[in-house]
Amino acid sequence: MSNSKEVIAQSVFFLCAIASALIILAIFGFMVALGLPLVEGSNFLAIWTGPWAPHRGLYGILPMISGTLWIALSATAICLPLSLGTSFVITSLGGLRLRRVLGALVRFMTGIPTVIYGFLGIFLLVPLIRKNIGGPGMCVLTAGIMLAILISPTMILFFIDSLLSVDSTYVQAAKALGANRVQRLLYVMVPKAIGGMSSGIILALGRALGDTLIALMLAGNAIRAPHGLLEPARTLPAHIALVKAADFNSLEFRSIFACGVALYLFATTATVAVRLILRQRKVVP
Amino acid sequence: MRKASIQTVVVFSLLCLLVAPCFGQALDAFEGQKGTLKIAGGTAHIPVMKEAAKRIMIRHKAIVITVAGGGSGLGIKQVGEGLVDIGNSGRKPKPAEIERYGLKLFKWAIDGVAVVVNPANKINSLTKRQLKGIFSGKIDNWSNLGGVKHAITVYTRDEASGTRAVFWQKALDKGDISAKALFVQSNGAMKTAVANDPYGIGYVSVGHMDETVAPVALDGISPSLEAVKNGQYNVARGLYSNTKGEPTGLTRLFIDYLLSAEGQQIAANKGFIPVK
Repeated sequence: MSNSKEVIAQSVFFLCAIASALIILAIFGFMVALGLPLVEGSNFLAIWTGPWAPHRGLYGILPMISGTLWIALSATAICLPLSLGTSFVITSLGGLRLRRVLGALVRFMTGIPTVIYGFLGIFLLVPLIRKNIGGPGMCVLTAGIMLAILISPTMILFFIDSLLSVDSTYVQAAKALGANRVQRLLYVMVPKAIGGMSSGIILALGRALGDTLIALMLAGNAIRAPHGLLEPARTLPAHIALVKAADFNSLEFRSIFACGVALYLFATTATVAVRLILRQRKVVP
Repeated sequence: MRKASIQTVVVFSLLCLLVAPCFGQALDAFEGQKGTLKIAGGTAHIPVMKEAAKRIMIRHKAIVITVAGGGSGLGIKQVGEGLVDIGNSGRKPKPAEIERYGLKLFKWAIDGVAVVVNPANKINSLTKRQLKGIFSGKIDNWSNLGGVKHAITVYTRDEASGTRAVFWQKALDKGDISAKALFVQSNGAMKTAVANDPYGIGYVSVGHMDETVAPVALDGISPSLEAVKNGQYNVARGLYSNTKGEPTGLTRLFIDYLLSAEGQQIAANKGFIPVK
């Protein structure tokens, strides 16, 4: 009786797992299939390397790939020191009350809708950057700063988890040897937690790569690849959002699928990187 | 004192009785209707759509009307695919689109597309040549036009925008738009962007203009309602509401309402030129 129940439960869950895996594969298949006319209609390389100029029949997405990388990498670079500091304070350096308040705040941040950050960015950050640093205001830097705030909870929570999962006997041993808080953190906890922390960085980067709204609202969406932090840029997700209104049968619309494939590749690379790091550290069986 | 107040109440109710039919007539057609009407597309249309929807829904509680943006291209696509009942476009749908989806077009107003700058900007008049220079990126500093010494920030809309299509054809004569131009997603977003950027220039539906942005005269002609109406200012287009096939039921009633005296009055109040 209980055995048959178990078999049923097992098969149901197995089917669920298969289904979700199949859906992901099917999406990839669809994108490639629907993007095929683009490959047949024009030079395949032109899509990945050329400029975007629909009026001249050019549907290159390289400027958007470049824009995506610029914005996501700058966001991660801004986010990293912030997250390191916050997680250090929450795990070991801060007083008990401060830790609690900060921890609650970070968890609260995960629930703030993206559009709020975007809105704040438009009315506060864009004019601030335009006035004090220069450029049009809507640029890589503006989107990068806002995005850094958006992805920081992911990074911070990952850092905290990895730091706290360090075997407490190591920490106590260091304490017995006379190491103070900072020494215990820097020489015992961080080296042991570095694997988990790197995967936190990569996951946060993945989130930055996939975010649509912040870049759409704050980066200016110009169709030229950025050459600096103060230049406008268009990310792949923002590009999809802007072009999705085009005619279904147009090559313009088809190019969305090339963007999808590119984003998919980014996500895959990030995931593989996480797996490799974790495996090296033998965290994952 | 008391008598006076009673008198006021009586006079007021009489007035209400007298006036009510003139306002309500067009809305009476919706009597007994219920259900949901979905509208999406052109962002220039939104103020009129919202006002019309509000008036209808206040009178008839069983009707729900949703109004979304997305741009002209999206409006045509969504109504064609049957995702919404009415797809708005700020340009006439292309013959291929009309044929493929079997669209019926209803033009209910005419709207100008005005070049706008920040109110702090002293420049309030440009020649068409200068405008083309600015948008193609050849003129990139306000000082070249007699303004402050600061780079010009050009704002534009995505390719599916009807406002962009009209502006590009009639103001830029299909000239280039610089790859450095910043893209915004709707007429509202354009207004916000230019209102917040002292060095910005962009273009919006005349119906969306208010004191947060300053209109720029083109070859000496201001984009006023009057100039659009008599054809002097030619960067203008029809505002269309499109349906898939002949509209029926609630959809039909809504379109009739837009074309009724009251609907046309709403369009006029929101800064558009009624067609009737």
